[in-house]
Amino acid sequence: MIKIFKTSKNVILNIDEYFDNIELGILNFKEGVNNYLEGNISEFENNLKIVKKQEEVADAIIRKIENDFYVHSLMPNYSSDILNLLEKTDDIIDKIKDNLSQFDVEDPYFPEDIKNDFSRLVSLSVKSAENVIPAARVFFTAPDLVKDKLQKVIFYERETEKLAIKIKRTLFKEMPFLKLSEKIHLRYFTLHVEQVAEASKVVAKMLSSLVIKIKM
Amino acid sequence: MFFFFLSSGLFLGWSLGANDAANIFGSAVGSRMVKFSVAVVVASIFVVLGAVLQGSGASITLGKLGSVDAIGGAFTVALCAGITVFWMTRLKLPVSTSQAIIGAIIGWNFYSGNTTDMTVLGKIVSTWVAGPILGAIFAILMYKLLKFFLAKSKIHLIKLDAYLKYALLIIGGFGAFSLGANNVANVVGVFIPSVPDIQLDFGFFIFDGVQLLFLIGGISIAMGIVTYSKKVMMTVGNDLMKLSAEAALVIVLAHAMVLFIFSSSSLSNAIQSIGLPAIPLVPVSSSQAIVGAIMGIGLLKGGRGIKFNVLGRISLGWITTPIIAGVVSFMSLFFMDNVFKLQVYNTTKTALKSIKSDFNNLPKPVDIPVNVNLFQPFLYTVIILLIIVIIVLALKLTSKKLKSKDEESSDISRKYKAQEAFLKTELAKANTENAELEKEIDFKRKEQMSIALNIIQKNRFLEKLRAKIDKIIDKSDSDQVELSKLKKLIVENLSIDKDRQRFNIYINELNRDFYFRLLNRYPNLTENEQRLCSLVRLNLSSKDMASILNISTKSVEVNRHRLRKKMHLKREDNLTELISKL
Repeated sequence: MIKIFKTSKNVILNIDEYFDNIELGILNFKEGVNNYLEGNISEFENNLKIVKKQEEVADAIIRKIENDFYVHSLMPNYSSDILNLLEKTDDIIDKIKDNLSQFDVEDPYFPEDIKNDFSRLVSLSVKSAENVIPAARVFFTAPDLVKDKLQKVIFYERETEKLAIKIKRTLFKEMPFLKLSEKIHLRYFTLHVEQVAEASKVVAKMLSSLVIKIKM
Repeated sequence: MFFFFLSSGLFLGWSLGANDAANIFGSAVGSRMVKFSVAVVVASIFVVLGAVLQGSGASITLGKLGSVDAIGGAFTVALCAGITVFWMTRLKLPVSTSQAIIGAIIGWNFYSGNTTDMTVLGKIVSTWVAGPILGAIFAILMYKLLKFFLAKSKIHLIKLDAYLKYALLIIGGFGAFSLGANNVANVVGVFIPSVPDIQLDFGFFIFDGVQLLFLIGGISIAMGIVTYSKKVMMTVGNDLMKLSAEAALVIVLAHAMVLFIFSSSSLSNAIQSIGLPAIPLVPVSSSQAIVGAIMGIGLLKGGRGIKFNVLGRISLGWITTPIIAGVVSFMSLFFMDNVFKLQVYNTTKTALKSIKSDFNNLPKPVDIPVNVNLFQPFLYTVIILLIIVIIVLALKLTSKKLKSKDEESSDISRKYKAQEAFLKTELAKANTENAELEKEIDFKRKEQMSIALNIIQKNRFLEKLRAKIDKIIDKSDSDQVELSKLKKLIVENLSIDKDRQRFNIYINELNRDFYFRLLNRYPNLTENEQRLCSLVRLNLSSKDMASILNISTKSVEVNRHRLRKKMHLKREDNLTELISKL
């Protein structure tokens, strides 16, 4: 009981650091994909390295937070929900890392005509993720303000989905010069990028239900 | 012998501690906000302190209702109250120790022929109603205040959790103090008239017999908390208050305040000193105060979670518990008196009292004014009015809250729609800008193609012209010097061409990205080879390329071959396809 204030202070710092890491990971993902599309391979590799490091750090922090929550019985009524929220947020950076690794390993070929759309797809997907992190941050201090921020996440997720469909249609209907294998390959990359927005949407939904739960 | 008779009271105290500690620490321990061991230590210490320091107030009122003047009677009364509580709990009927002891005392009054003071009884019954109502009012006010403070302060949820843990412990301590102060009268109140006249000197302080009795009563409650409350806290406590930590805190505080108000003689005196009526110091039911507070929170949240059947069961308990306890007590007293020949009331005192009452009942002269007691009707009217006001307020609050929620949600949806529309226009704007840029690129590409074609056509024309001049030179009759000059001019024009320069600038500008990617992949390509690649990318034939580069077709073929070698292409690889993919 006596150490509770010190522990809670540490947990607050850890949560902030965790979100910082994920935000930086998101920015590096965007930069990494754009570098790949522009052919800046060395810079892309640097982005991938940073994202891998950040994912590892995020994992270490989340383990620390989990440990503190269980050992010191922090927020016993909501601990599982909050830890679940943090795990789901971790899914975003996991997806980001997987995505960049796939770019590195599979080296997909992007025709010039699709590059612009793909870059926009990444930008929309990243915007969705970028907006969910401030919402998760504000949940801890002012849960009433969370809803204002979630609308953007849902909007960008929907736009990502629309653009992904457009890209897939372009690939399969308007690019006869591409081999089927190349089309399918690019379709998978479109899906991977879409999953970042999808993961953000999952976090957004969790946040909105948590706000209701905490206000009850 | 006194301690043997006291055992029934101690049993009552033990069961009270085991059951009612859950009202104070149930939610905190059940939800693991506070450790059970910490809760037990705090509750035990404060319950004993409350019993010793402030337990006398409620006991005096019980004494006024019926002073059980024989130890056998006190034992039977406490035992009957205990049995009633135990039996009704087994039958899952709502029961309160306070109500059981009152019923048992009234049963003793009936058996011993003592008159029951209706004013005191009225006071006690009114507090049973007032307890839950006050609990609800306190809970509503404090919950509102706490929510307002939390909304303003924007404390981090983790920090808030730490504050709440300490607050639950402190308020739990206050709750335990109030429980000890208010409910110790139930446990040992009936034994006060029979307590031996002793004094214990501890040097710093002296305990008289009554204080010792309260200390023992407090310890018996504490023993109940230590030995049996864990199970109740983990089950009943958790079920009763599946609420947020903030709500649990407010509920425990409201409950503690209700118990404190009805047991603090100093508070009652303070209120009396400012001209207000004194607060009746009566043991009230801890569980009912808690249920009242929960109902208050439920009302505040728009009526959700209010179990009206619980309210009905409590009201039923107000009637059934005292009646059952009274009947059991009357029968047991008869049994003890006639079978065990145990003295259950002081006969001499009662005889004196009956003579006195006979004397008082003698017909009186007409001119003596009749003393009409208006206190009870006034009290009941106030209580009924209070209930009506609370119900009306609750209904109003509910409808107002629903209305404001509707307004709020429509406001939010309007805001979201506006936000969505704004974002859509932004996106549309970005899309239009992109389309314009793409159009511009397309136009430049076309222009580049037209320049290339122009150069090719012009060069073809000049080549033809040069061939014709050659033919004319071959004929001897022509002006050879003039024609040679003309041919030289054409050849110069073929190699220094402004159009070609312009084309090269265009190619360099448009293919900057392409050159970048090309060099990234094949870093050892020369400038001429890069230019050749850009022409391959335009899908031009070798002849056209030769014309643009002002070299022979053969040279273009040789250059292409060298390029393939540098790019490590196999025989089956297509150079044009590879370059266009870059």
